Amino acid sequence: MSIASRPAVRKPGTGATRVRTFVAENGALVGLVVLGLALFIATPDFLTGPNLLNIGIQASVIAVLAFGLTFVIVAGGIDLSVGSVAALSAMGSAYMFSTAALPGWLALIGGLLVGTLAGAVSGFAVAFGRLPSFIATLAMLSVARGLTLVLSDGRPIATAPAVSFLGGNVGPVPMPIVILVIAGIVAALILNYTVIGRYMYAVGGNTEAARLSGIPVRRVLVTVFALSGLFAALAGLLLSGRLDSAQPQAAAGYELDAIAAVVIGGASLAGGIGRISGTLIGALVLVVIRNGLNLLNVSSFWQQVVIGVVIALAVGIDSLRRKTGH
Amino acid sequence: MSTPILSLERVTKSFGSVTVIDGVSVDVHPGRVQVLLGENGAGKSTLIKMMAGVYQPDGGRILVDGRDVTLPDTKASEALGIATIHQELNLVGSMSIAENISLGRLPKRFGLVDRRRMKENARAALALIGLDLDVDQHVGELGIARQQLVEIAKALSMDARMLILDEPTAALTKREIAALFGVVDDLRARGVGMVFISHHLDEIAAIGDSVSVLRDGTFIAEVPATTDEDELVRLMVGRDIAQQFPRRREFDGAPETLLSVRNLSTKGMVNDVSFEVHAGEVVALAGLVGAGRTEVVRAIAGVDPYLTGSVAVRGRELPRLDVGAAIRAGVGHVPEDRKVQGLVLGASVNDNIGYATLASTAKAGVVDFAGQRARAQGVADTLRIRMRDLDQPVGSLSGGNQQKAVFARWILAESSVLLLDEPTRGVDVGAKVEIYELINAITAAGGAVVMVSSELPEVLGMADRILVMSGGHISGELDATTATQDAVMSLAVRDVQRDLEDQQMKDEA
Repeated sequence: MSIASRPAVRKPGTGATRVRTFVAENGALVGLVVLGLALFIATPDFLTGPNLLNIGIQASVIAVLAFGLTFVIVAGGIDLSVGSVAALSAMGSAYMFSTAALPGWLALIGGLLVGTLAGAVSGFAVAFGRLPSFIATLAMLSVARGLTLVLSDGRPIATAPAVSFLGGNVGPVPMPIVILVIAGIVAALILNYTVIGRYMYAVGGNTEAARLSGIPVRRVLVTVFALSGLFAALAGLLLSGRLDSAQPQAAAGYELDAIAAVVIGGASLAGGIGRISGTLIGALVLVVIRNGLNLLNVSSFWQQVVIGVVIALAVGIDSLRRKTGH
Repeated sequence: MSTPILSLERVTKSFGSVTVIDGVSVDVHPGRVQVLLGENGAGKSTLIKMMAGVYQPDGGRILVDGRDVTLPDTKASEALGIATIHQELNLVGSMSIAENISLGRLPKRFGLVDRRRMKENARAALALIGLDLDVDQHVGELGIARQQLVEIAKALSMDARMLILDEPTAALTKREIAALFGVVDDLRARGVGMVFISHHLDEIAAIGDSVSVLRDGTFIAEVPATTDEDELVRLMVGRDIAQQFPRRREFDGAPETLLSVRNLSTKGMVNDVSFEVHAGEVVALAGLVGAGRTEVVRAIAGVDPYLTGSVAVRGRELPRLDVGAAIRAGVGHVPEDRKVQGLVLGASVNDNIGYATLASTAKAGVVDFAGQRARAQGVADTLRIRMRDLDQPVGSLSGGNQQKAVFARWILAESSVLLLDEPTRGVDVGAKVEIYELINAITAAGGAVVMVSSELPEVLGMADRILVMSGGHISGELDATTATQDAVMSLAVRDVQRDLEDQQMKDEA
């Protein structure tokens, strides 16, 4: 069993072994650093202020989506609906502002509520309807995208100023990066320091044992999907804020990037393992590769091939390490 | 005597700086059952993994038919006719018996599977051990015992002449064990050599020829299987266990009724069960597997629903199907299968001990890490859980220590009504005694214990009262000080058939 073989102690040793242990336990981080070095050598355009800010902005949407998804994956589920829910939340918020003429800040909160609600519905279907999360969120993927189109009639809607602010700059600092950092800290605090966060690991590790220990498994599941919906909504608002308008086809297919980010970050789709820091690194790996390939003028067709290979390699190396590392 | 099929000669094996096997020699002769005996952690599994080619010894030699061999992997040992029947069976539940027996070497014709030949092969394999089953049946539909026999048939069909049986009786009923031993006797007569591992000492005399005793990775002695149990225990643990069941009744408070179960019935399994358990008391639920004992305990703990009846702790009725409420009322449940139901194996000892108390000790939803850790360390020390540290994954502890971690959770939760379902299953002798002492400590402190156990000596040794279940209801109550194994068994089998018919008629009505 792979989760049992997670190295739990770091043996003190010589410098060389310590480096080796560090590399083994932080493969994704090491990969990211190597990637950065390679790009630094390959092109002078990589390590420049504007490009790094650009990477941060590009990473923000995927990372925030993936933070929410990390809760679900740690608890042993999957959420395929995050991209659609992001779009629905952004569209819902824009609709509240533009059509229902609500104040901008209320439209922002409304958008977050829409995402949370959509996630909670998936959560109820999983916890009480006994649907596998793959199916429940596949359904939500379709429902949320459909509602987005219904709401917008297939056309973009202008966002509230409060939402556009999320996509803008404060002085030289882009707001998406600020939000990325705050969302990451909040997600990590939830996962590591709250009771519900620790319960997520237990439910994902062994649902039956969790239930027999008195852990309210259903409540944990609903919470997990609601959180995923909330983070998806935040990502959707970021995305629409950058464009000043909510697009009906926004974030389509982003769920796959988000899943990739989480698993590159070392989480196990079997549940019980995963860290927010890993997910952040996973998202950065994806974005840095795309950015680097763009700088090197590699066609976007080939980029897809490279990304696919990287996902397979990252997870393959990780599971190989877990197997032999014991 | 004949040349051994396989000999390990003074083999050693280390993992890192820890030597787990140190100069052990074992011979497996054709037509003989060699028992490996030792506590968990004594090195039995490492030894059989060397026989099977999973591990390679660091020192010493492996001989097959008197010739030096190396076994780099399991394929190499299988090619030499050595097969292992693991505790966790290697069968695909959703495939037929025939497919399972031929798995990995399906007979082909024109590039397609030759189903007829596959079935013939399977029938021939089953016939080797006198098993009459429909080879088209899915393996998942068979009980554990039958699955085990199918696995043995599969090994024999691959020309195995030596079988390693790793705790084959752990999940079997008495009757299934008898059937398995019949097969083992047959194989012995046909010259198959066998290695047998079991925690049940009474099985050794019944099935073994010779016993190799291991302790802490070293070879202690080889004795005939007829050696009496006390002597085997002494060899195994290196000290006398004068009292295997050290039941002490030290509680001198008022015998308050802690748990009262009234007219409990569940769908199809439990039929009108009522009983009370008082402070300081151990009540055993005895009976055959399937008599409804586990179902009673699970209903009390809030894990499964019940149709009618009530459960009360200290006079306060518990809501149905609410584990959290049961825990808050003081109920602690040590389930039947600690790996599947008791523990999150990949999580740390610290987390596992803390699950039931995480919420009640938290402030505003934030885990009290320092306090939780200190409390977990305290109870782990008290129970003498042998671990590297609290962050070690609980799945890497030995069986006895895993079980103690489940107990620790409820001690931390200050549970006063403990429901123990087969508390010493798969636990070595030393840890068993520690668990019995723990039960003593719980009752001495005024707790009440309900213990489900299939081991009659344990029931007679540890309980104050014995409730015998048969066919879903309590067929009788015995005082443990005067009860005998025969008395328990005769109640356990009483009217099973009639009760089943009653139940069927009721279900149909």
